[in-house]
Amino acid sequence: MIITDTVQFLKFTYDEHERTIFSFVWAVCFGPDQELGFFSWPLYSVINHFHDLNSFLSASTTAAATVEDSSRGSHAGKMSYKFHQFQVVGRALPTESDEKPKIYRMKLWATNEVRAKSKFWYFLRKLKKVKKSNGQMLAINEIFEKNPTTIKNYGIWLRYQSRTGYHNMYKEYRDTTLNGGVEQMYTEMASRHRVRHHCIQVIKTATIPAKLCKRESTKQFHNSKIKFPLVFKKVRPPTRKLKTTYKASRPNLFV
Amino acid sequence: MPFKRYVEIGRIALVNYGKDYGKLVVIVDVIDQNRALVDAPDMVRGQMNFKRLTLTDIKIDINRVPKKKTLVAALEAADVKNKWESSSWGRKLIVQKKRASLNDFDRFKIMLAKIKKAGVVRQELAKLKKETTA
Repeated sequence: MIITDTVQFLKFTYDEHERTIFSFVWAVCFGPDQELGFFSWPLYSVINHFHDLNSFLSASTTAAATVEDSSRGSHAGKMSYKFHQFQVVGRALPTESDEKPKIYRMKLWATNEVRAKSKFWYFLRKLKKVKKSNGQMLAINEIFEKNPTTIKNYGIWLRYQSRTGYHNMYKEYRDTTLNGGVEQMYTEMASRHRVRHHCIQVIKTATIPAKLCKRESTKQFHNSKIKFPLVFKKVRPPTRKLKTTYKASRPNLFV
Repeated sequence: MPFKRYVEIGRIALVNYGKDYGKLVVIVDVIDQNRALVDAPDMVRGQMNFKRLTLTDIKIDINRVPKKKTLVAALEAADVKNKWESSSWGRKLIVQKKRASLNDFDRFKIMLAKIKKAGVVRQELAKLKKETTA
């Protein structure tokens, strides 16, 4: 009989680990209300499929792990940014008068996803008649740099609040990633103009080709035969542990 | 005193701080006043602050941001590894590394070798002394 056959098959094959996965698969395929004792013939195919799935999962995790390790090999440069770029997609909730409201997408910078969603509604409120209470978030994804190993010139248009009013600004930065350029912008605005990050709105960012750069400070590095000496060289201890307050002799700062 | 070592594309630098401490890297491009795009055969191309780099005398001939294969070929052609390991700076670093990785038996062997060497030197010195006094 089919039922007894399946029971024997199961007894032969499952162990503790598999049982948890199996019960999940069971719940997914047949609904969580059905008891484990009730078997039906499609289960054969489920079990077979599940076994393949299990091995596939384990294979994929090991493959992913090895790929991760090899790619992590050795990275130069910092990997953590304070400001991340998010793509946020949302729309107003559908009503009787408007069955299919327009979907809006926004790219913005925030320290985390929660803040990004909040900023999205803030900006959308200013542009359209929609609030978080009568809208829905459709998607939020982090955008990562496509080519973090090439240098690009970033132009950033921003609107900031100074002590006396709002101003627009255009700033240029040279960096490998857009997140890095934006972080440079925030720190520079804080240092040069005493503007805190919540008073800054990024209007637009763009990768500028070298010909169209406006600022001399970025254009001076557009030289394929660039050459300059390092004039002031203070040698640091290689780890912070070896740092001392007092030194026996004055350091040599030349090269 | 004019400068002899310049930050330029193709300059070999030694990393003196951080995760890649002790590695020889090539300056492949300059980002801005403080940072360079840096590459080595066994690492992903990335940015590094000049504060983490010490420039060496070695320079190779490459274009701005070469492909990994071209970079490795250029390094081989310029024979950077041998030039570095035969330079006095490179040799000193190798000796430092060796000293740091000794085990007790090695240190014992070194002690014996030092005693032997000192013995031979002293014998020669005694001979010279005798000749001058005689």
